[in-house]
Amino acid sequence: MAVAEHPTSRTEADAPDGGDEARVPTVIADDLHIVYRVQGGGSRGKGSGSAALNRIVRRERKNRVREVHAVRGVSFTAYRGQAIGLIGSNGSGKSTLLKAIAGVLPAHSGKVYTNGQPSLLGVNAALMNDLTGERNVMLGGLAMGMTREQIRERYQSIVDFSGINEKGDFITLPMRTYSSGMAARLRFSIAAAKDHEVLMIDEALATGDLRFRKRSEARLRELRKEAGTVFLVSHTNKSIRDTCDRVLWLEKGELVMDGPTDEVLKAYQEFAKR
Amino acid sequence: MGAPPKRHPDDGLSPAELAAKYGLSVSGARPGLPEYVRQLWARRHFILTFSRAKLTAQYSRAKLGQLWQVLTPLLNAAVFFFIFGILLGGRGGMEMGEYIPFLVTGVFVWTFTQQSVMSGVRSISGNLGLVRALHFPRASLPISFSLQQLQQLLYSMIVMAAFLLGFGFYPRWTWFLVPVILTLQYVFNAGLAMVFARLGSDSPDLAQVMPFILRTWMYASGVMFPLHHMLVDRADAPQWAADLIAMNPAAVYMDLMRYVLMGDYTTNNMPPNVWLLALGWAAVIGVFGFVFFWKAEERYGRG
Repeated sequence: MAVAEHPTSRTEADAPDGGDEARVPTVIADDLHIVYRVQGGGSRGKGSGSAALNRIVRRERKNRVREVHAVRGVSFTAYRGQAIGLIGSNGSGKSTLLKAIAGVLPAHSGKVYTNGQPSLLGVNAALMNDLTGERNVMLGGLAMGMTREQIRERYQSIVDFSGINEKGDFITLPMRTYSSGMAARLRFSIAAAKDHEVLMIDEALATGDLRFRKRSEARLRELRKEAGTVFLVSHTNKSIRDTCDRVLWLEKGELVMDGPTDEVLKAYQEFAKR
Repeated sequence: MGAPPKRHPDDGLSPAELAAKYGLSVSGARPGLPEYVRQLWARRHFILTFSRAKLTAQYSRAKLGQLWQVLTPLLNAAVFFFIFGILLGGRGGMEMGEYIPFLVTGVFVWTFTQQSVMSGVRSISGNLGLVRALHFPRASLPISFSLQQLQQLLYSMIVMAAFLLGFGFYPRWTWFLVPVILTLQYVFNAGLAMVFARLGSDSPDLAQVMPFILRTWMYASGVMFPLHHMLVDRADAPQWAADLIAMNPAAVYMDLMRYVLMGDYTTNNMPPNVWLLALGWAAVIGVFGFVFFWKAEERYGRG
């Protein structure tokens, strides 16, 4: 694998393994900026009625909405066959960047170009605690854009993978009756059931017991083989080292470093010690 | 490791040129209207499953369970019966045997529109987690929530039928027109839900104001009293004003439903060309709501 001399420069850092013919870009971020608008985060008198009235009287309408500039001018190109880790301290914009790549958070300026529809590995928001595990498998699958036939085909393997039924017939019970570990396992199993062209995983490795974690790591490697490109956000350097061959390091929304896993992790650790 | 980077024919390209060369498209960009309709159609099973799931989850913790699907609108009707039927004399010359089916039909049909709008307002702002996690045409949400309300109404129709039969209104050929009215009202409701979904995603405060607007609309539509009796006979409003108010969509769908179900329900309560009005409201609001919602597709989930 070729190593770039200037890890932050876009055109040189991305040489993938394989020859030139393998260099097919799957995700291109071009000077991407993401700005969140936060409602009710005003500086004074947080959300109290008198403060709101005060603002109306004094016509300070803008005060209520605060802008958070979460990603500031990030550019990179991801290629087919790469597994890219995203590191950085809390609040550095990693998850926001993933959401922008997935197209669920609109860019403030700049652009993200993608091949097909990148998927976030996460269906949690679509699932309903009051429904049975069975119905949640169907709901979650449909929410991710699978067809009913695909879900029926994979239903048994999803349930088996989650291990929900190992201790009795739990899949026909509402999800609110599950332990938090069981629910997390089912969520991961549903999310991992789909084949992805570009796959994004946000700290998904930290769920379930040891046995399940082993199983899910294996499934992730499988997904990575099937998927064109994998993005992984994690706080544990081990899982990044195990899965990724390239790492983007974000700090305060800016891309600090982009290069091979070992180099970036080394620099990041030195940064963290300071 | 350590080999110098080779020159690649793509090196000189700008990101946009590179994207164009490999057929990449802008992530999260708003698709054209025909493409949007196609995507939405591809998600029809999700829309239906999501609405049914919401319906089931709604009462799953209550002891009486799904019975609340019909108990809630029934209790509502009981309250209105007590206040308007007995205390305030809002029956407008109707016998009890006519007023009760009149009221029950009105409350159920109105609830359909009211709940569609209310869930529409919150359909984006209340599901930001879903919107930010998964990619799907956002119109799926308001459409799905209105569909949930339609299914709720279908449950209520069973009770409605029991009331009609109990008070001697037997099935007639006009009952076959019920699905037509429901379809038109559904299209209207979904359109309105999409309008308010977009407005509600921009300003969450709308959810606080909506109950008051909807209550005003409810009283202006004659849910629990005949409109003309209340406006012309009791409030001395001019006839044309009452005619105009009776043309509002909620009143149109409600009166049509009463007309086809109850038969001898007085036709002079209804505006002329009532079927055309029902079709017109559905077409105009349905199409407008859809286009209005689609225009902001790429912005949902932000802020």
